Amino acid sequence: MKISRSEVEHVARLARLALNDEELDALTGDMDAILAYVDQLNRLKTDGIVPTAHAVPMANAFRQDEVRPSFTPEQAQTNAPAPDPGGFRVPRVIE
Amino acid sequence: MSLYDKTLSELRAGLDRREFSAAEAARAFLDRIAATDPRLNAFITVCADSALAEAAEADRRLAAGDPAPLTGIPLAMKDIFNTLGVRTTCASKILASYVAPYDATAFARLKAQGAVLLGKVNMDEFAMGSSNENSAYGPVRNPWDTTCVPGGSSGGSAACVAARQAPAALGTDTGGSIRQPASHCGVVGLKPTYGRVSRYGVIAYASSLDQVGPVTIDVRDCALLLQAIAGFDPLDSTSVDTPVPDYAATLQPDLKGVRIGLPKEYFIEGLDADVRAAVEQAVTTCRSLGAEIVEVSLPHTEFAVACYYLIATAEASSNLARYDGVRFGHRTATAGNLIETYSRSRDEGFGSEVKRRIMLGTYALSSGYYDAYYLKAQKVRTLIRQDFLDAFDKVDVILGPVAPTPAFRIGEKTADPLQMYLSDIFTIPVNLAGTCAMSLPCGFSGTGLPIGLQLIGKPFAESDILRTAYAFEQATEWHKRKAEI
Amino acid sequence: MSSHYEVVIGLEVHVQLTTKTKIFCGCSTAFGQTPNSQTCPVCLALPGALPVLNYQAVEYAIRTGLATNCTIAPQSVFARKNYFYPDLPKGYQISQYELPTCRLGWLDIDGEWGTKRIGITRIHMEEDAGKLVHGEAPGSSQSSFVDLNRAGTPLLEVVSEPDLRSADEAVAYLKKLHQIVVYLGVCDGNMEEGSFRCDANVSLRPVGQEAFGTRAEIKNVNSFRFVKQAIEYEIERQADVLDSGGKVVQETRLYDPQTGVTRSMRGKEEAHDYRYFPDPDLVPLEIDAAWIEAESALLPELPDARRRRYQEELGLSAYDTEVLTAERPMAEYFEACVVLLPGQAKAIANWVMGELARKLNDGGLAIAQSPVTPRLLTDLLKLIEGGTISGKIAKTVFDAMWASGHEPARIVEEQGLVQVSDTGAIEAIVDEVLAGSAAQVEQYRGGNEKVFGFFVGQVMKASKGKANPALVNELLKQKLG
Repeated sequence: MKISRSEVEHVARLARLALNDEELDALTGDMDAILAYVDQLNRLKTDGIVPTAHAVPMANAFRQDEVRPSFTPEQAQTNAPAPDPGGFRVPRVIE
Repeated sequence: MSLYDKTLSELRAGLDRREFSAAEAARAFLDRIAATDPRLNAFITVCADSALAEAAEADRRLAAGDPAPLTGIPLAMKDIFNTLGVRTTCASKILASYVAPYDATAFARLKAQGAVLLGKVNMDEFAMGSSNENSAYGPVRNPWDTTCVPGGSSGGSAACVAARQAPAALGTDTGGSIRQPASHCGVVGLKPTYGRVSRYGVIAYASSLDQVGPVTIDVRDCALLLQAIAGFDPLDSTSVDTPVPDYAATLQPDLKGVRIGLPKEYFIEGLDADVRAAVEQAVTTCRSLGAEIVEVSLPHTEFAVACYYLIATAEASSNLARYDGVRFGHRTATAGNLIETYSRSRDEGFGSEVKRRIMLGTYALSSGYYDAYYLKAQKVRTLIRQDFLDAFDKVDVILGPVAPTPAFRIGEKTADPLQMYLSDIFTIPVNLAGTCAMSLPCGFSGTGLPIGLQLIGKPFAESDILRTAYAFEQATEWHKRKAEI
Repeated sequence: MSSHYEVVIGLEVHVQLTTKTKIFCGCSTAFGQTPNSQTCPVCLALPGALPVLNYQAVEYAIRTGLATNCTIAPQSVFARKNYFYPDLPKGYQISQYELPTCRLGWLDIDGEWGTKRIGITRIHMEEDAGKLVHGEAPGSSQSSFVDLNRAGTPLLEVVSEPDLRSADEAVAYLKKLHQIVVYLGVCDGNMEEGSFRCDANVSLRPVGQEAFGTRAEIKNVNSFRFVKQAIEYEIERQADVLDSGGKVVQETRLYDPQTGVTRSMRGKEEAHDYRYFPDPDLVPLEIDAAWIEAESALLPELPDARRRRYQEELGLSAYDTEVLTAERPMAEYFEACVVLLPGQAKAIANWVMGELARKLNDGGLAIAQSPVTPRLLTDLLKLIEGGTISGKIAKTVFDAMWASGHEPARIVEEQGLVQVSDTGAIEAIVDEVLAGSAAQVEQYRGGNEKVFGFFVGQVMKASKGKANPALVNELLKQKLG
């Protein structure tokens, strides 16, 4: 086994996915198979190889510090499930 | 010949000669969509009213003698592009009611050049899939055989062009998502070099791999549409500021002096016999057109799928964190505390393949596994990229199949995600290497399904593959066949 | 506190940059606007939006690194810090992780401990989160509200080495850092608005022990006074825990200025796994020697260097230099005066720290708003130096300049304040005063020299302050001889 059911549950919590038992079972099997498959990468020696983040080498993309038009508060919330003049409404956050 | 059968170039010529109006063209495609889409399900949203209004405006511009390159040309957009004022779902339930408040740069460019938006086309949810079966709005069917998949994730883009519901469409390609459906639907699809077309406003799947490209009926249209969208965008830090050549001007009917490489790793045991035969026939054709054929090796090909599924899912797990039901998108009705609201909204809003990839990616980045999975994959990515650079020392263009088989049947591979992933074995390496590639029709299977030929070019050498594709297309008739639907 | 513990403190300071726009989009960073009125697809994290780095923010990061003796990294990389919270729209914060822009710097702090060098581990760039407001009205008491105006505001996080050994040292370090970033103009330094805020990592270890004790992190303290109080409270608390045989728990604590205590933020401690990885939407930041050189050339002279120069070259006292260099605008005002009137640094310092500072303070004005410019002030001093007016009259002229902004010469002329240096005229007044003060003259001659001041005062009064004091003195001595 590459991954246990309890690890899958932990990952689901990290990913904020309320998966049911059926989904967790299925995912445990799927992830286990996929992880076993990706294990083949360990056949390759990669010591000293520089990782590639972008295949096309790139650096230093900037914008100038100039103000661009913003949304109005209403526009900002056009797609919001619970808009409010005070901001996007969410269940109370306890600090 | 119906209006909807015309290529983009033919429509341009017809509009310019006043043979028909933009409004007539738009109506012809809208009628075609109405007539055929119940069988194909290529469209998620049809913009009938706004398309006619835009066409009317195009006609005014044409009458004023001031047309832009795409004035009056109807197009379809994959539903992954933000299109101001138009619902943009990314084929996900989580964005079912999201109306884009801004335009993706690629779409803004088309709009600025006068294009008419017919509608938003179906896809795999968040571009995750190879069959278009992972859509919250139902699978798209292949116009050549409606029991088969159109490929994915840009299945709607390829199917709508193949069915002549639109003369052209834009798609996105992260691991083959333009080329594989283009291959399965018998149309032309091109994935530009990473950085060639802006990703701004394109809903992200895997940011270091995603790239926007055209899906068209033929190679000339492909060059025209690429011309319209390519170029630097200050809103995308990964967009590259190098000049865009005149693609159409590079099209030539022969391949004299072109060195074409055949990677031996692309002609393997599992390759479908019809696909092999068609691709080998294509090699013969290219040779007869004057190309020099060279065998090359891309030795790390077999590791590409594993490498891709770590990098793409890791990036996706983070890219999809913003779908939390706070600022837009689905929020659960069974709200409890904050964490429950997040977790339920996401569980209800995402489909199973999306969740699978979020889970895999979260795991690959999690504490203790980063080096073993994500970092390892990035190093392997270096090797895969180097394979291409080495091969391109010897050749101008690499030629091979797009997919190991023609389109498969709906439902055939849904039970085994890994088998589905492996169908992208020949397209994924190109995304990892960041270079450009395209698919164009090169034959048909015994059962009448289209087969695509893949041409891979050097970084930013889209002209090379377009030139090769054009010469091949001029020498063959495959692109002239039409799906009967 | 029991003296058998050594205190170990490291500070993480968030410095909000004064760029006009956010770090990755063109929305304004202005404070206190209508909720969500400074948002766009990027800082709302709408699907498909992409970040582009603000060049000015990079310049500010480089300058801060240089001013704190850091090495500027030739390549730095932005990473995503992944966690879910409503004020974090993307579900990740763009920050720098393995490759920050600045590393390995230091600041010297002065105090009862002498001069002590505090290491700076790193300075990295990151974006701020939005603001959560918790509902208070009856209909919203179960809700919080997310305002994303602040989301994406550029921050520098300055991380110190655990080199600080007391609350006073921590405050001295903070003040030093605050002074530098404000001097550089990269931060407005407004702690109430959160432009400069501090997290303190505090731990104790038995004296002589090398290994660090378990630390608690006190979050978001927003004044120097509270930092001192919070750290002192935390030291006591941990000492009590250790003295009673308990163990300090590694946790995040909040300081409550109302009660003066720190309390645990239970619940937020749910196992964090930030899954950092390089942000594929951004490209590496490469800073070459030429760029560093260019930023270096733009650095103002920093407080330490100025203090040294004022003492060594201008001969000012330690106290004067401290006051004059505390804020850059005052130092620059002072120096502008010195350029206009060389050789008079001490006199200028007295006026700047005296009359000018008093007026500014009374009017609640910044020095840049002073109606008396360096040129007007030095023109005034020139009138004193040239004997046109006395120092005493100069104060009257200064008040008039403050009120009208007029040239001092014009004021002196219009109000007839020119100093009388005509011996004959002064002699007449002196005679008059002495004639009318027979009793005091007698006292003086009887040996009471203190009465001399009385005569001077009377003469000055009679001359309406215009008599040249040196001449008055001289004549009085002569006459009283």
